[in-house]
Amino acid sequence: MTDANTGARSPENPLKTKGKVSLGQEEKQSFAPFMITFVLMFATWLILSGNFAPLLISLGLISSLIVAWFFHDLLFPSLTGKHLGIFIKFSAYIPWLIIEIIKANFHLLYLVFHPRMKELIDPHIIDFKTNLESDLAVTTLANSITLTPGTITVTTGSDGSYRVHAIDKPSAEALPGTMLDKVADIYGENK
Amino acid sequence: MNTFFLSIAMGLCLLMFMSLYRCLFGPTVLDRLIGVNAIGSKTVVLLLLIGCLYERVDMFVDIALAYAFLNFVAVIAASRYFHKRKGLYEESFND
Amino acid sequence: MNIIDIIVAFLLVSGFIFFLGGAIGIIRMPDFYSRLHPAGKLDTLGIGAMVAGLAVYNLHHFSLTALLVSGKMLLIVFFVFMSSPTATHSIVDAGMRAGLRPWTRKEGANMEQSEPRKEEN
Repeated sequence: MTDANTGARSPENPLKTKGKVSLGQEEKQSFAPFMITFVLMFATWLILSGNFAPLLISLGLISSLIVAWFFHDLLFPSLTGKHLGIFIKFSAYIPWLIIEIIKANFHLLYLVFHPRMKELIDPHIIDFKTNLESDLAVTTLANSITLTPGTITVTTGSDGSYRVHAIDKPSAEALPGTMLDKVADIYGENK
Repeated sequence: MNTFFLSIAMGLCLLMFMSLYRCLFGPTVLDRLIGVNAIGSKTVVLLLLIGCLYERVDMFVDIALAYAFLNFVAVIAASRYFHKRKGLYEESFND
Repeated sequence: MNIIDIIVAFLLVSGFIFFLGGAIGIIRMPDFYSRLHPAGKLDTLGIGAMVAGLAVYNLHHFSLTALLVSGKMLLIVFFVFMSSPTATHSIVDAGMRAGLRPWTRKEGANMEQSEPRKEEN
């Protein structure tokens, strides 16, 4: 996302080429991303405005139509039936991630309040390689690692290599483990 | 409940002063950036608490939302800017 | 003192404890990289807990306006959970490119006498 390595996309990026092909060949397929973008934009407008006068609602309709018309291929470059399964599995992944975050936060709280903190922590940088392929899977795993306290992703490559700064031994040892399996399961990249 | 909110808000102000220590005496520029980020994230909650105290949450929640956006953009922009600065590390590790 | 007040007080106090841990961690940790751990993560969970508590308190007197305001608060929590890893990662990246070396326990004692840090770029 913010990383220079993943930001500079290679020309044979599967997502980009697929989006172009679907836009040129089948006009029907570009209708679903348009509708999803439009509904998202309009829901955001309704929540942020909080005013249900007819004038304001029609203004919101017009502006979200314009935004959806221009940006529907930016938000969802390619949408196939596989993405519905990914969305459902991702929704099941979020509660597990939140529980992990809370557990690890208590570990970090214990470290911070410990009087002899400098003997407990052992910051070091570890490298490991995964076999994730799509950009979305790599980004999801990187953000999950950063959200879990004790570990921060320093750099990722689009080939699935990670460099992680860990604050002590236990949080470094638990690293690729179950989180990698779950992310690979979401995007169907178990090999 | 109002007294409780007021005491929590005052405690948050105290925590902001603790983060201000890192802003003022941080060895590197990025340490100061961390301090600013921590103060900003406390300010979001403080704005909501003030809204609850004055019973105008519907107004203050917009300000808090805008403040959260601004905090994020400020951190991203500042850290991108210091990418290119050489000599950032010269004043580090003098504790 | 009904059940909603107790839930709100519990969420607010736990969020405050997370914020306290974050502030103390920023002061106590030895170097820049390890300071990011309490700053980025404990503050995120602190915002999540406190804003969730205020959203529950706001639904005390139920109405459409209160529901919308609570929706906006959930939007804040969602946005912070999305943006906090990105901001943390951006700061770490800036530090790596500037050539800051991470503090480790073994060479932490003779950090000052170590060889001059290598130039980047």
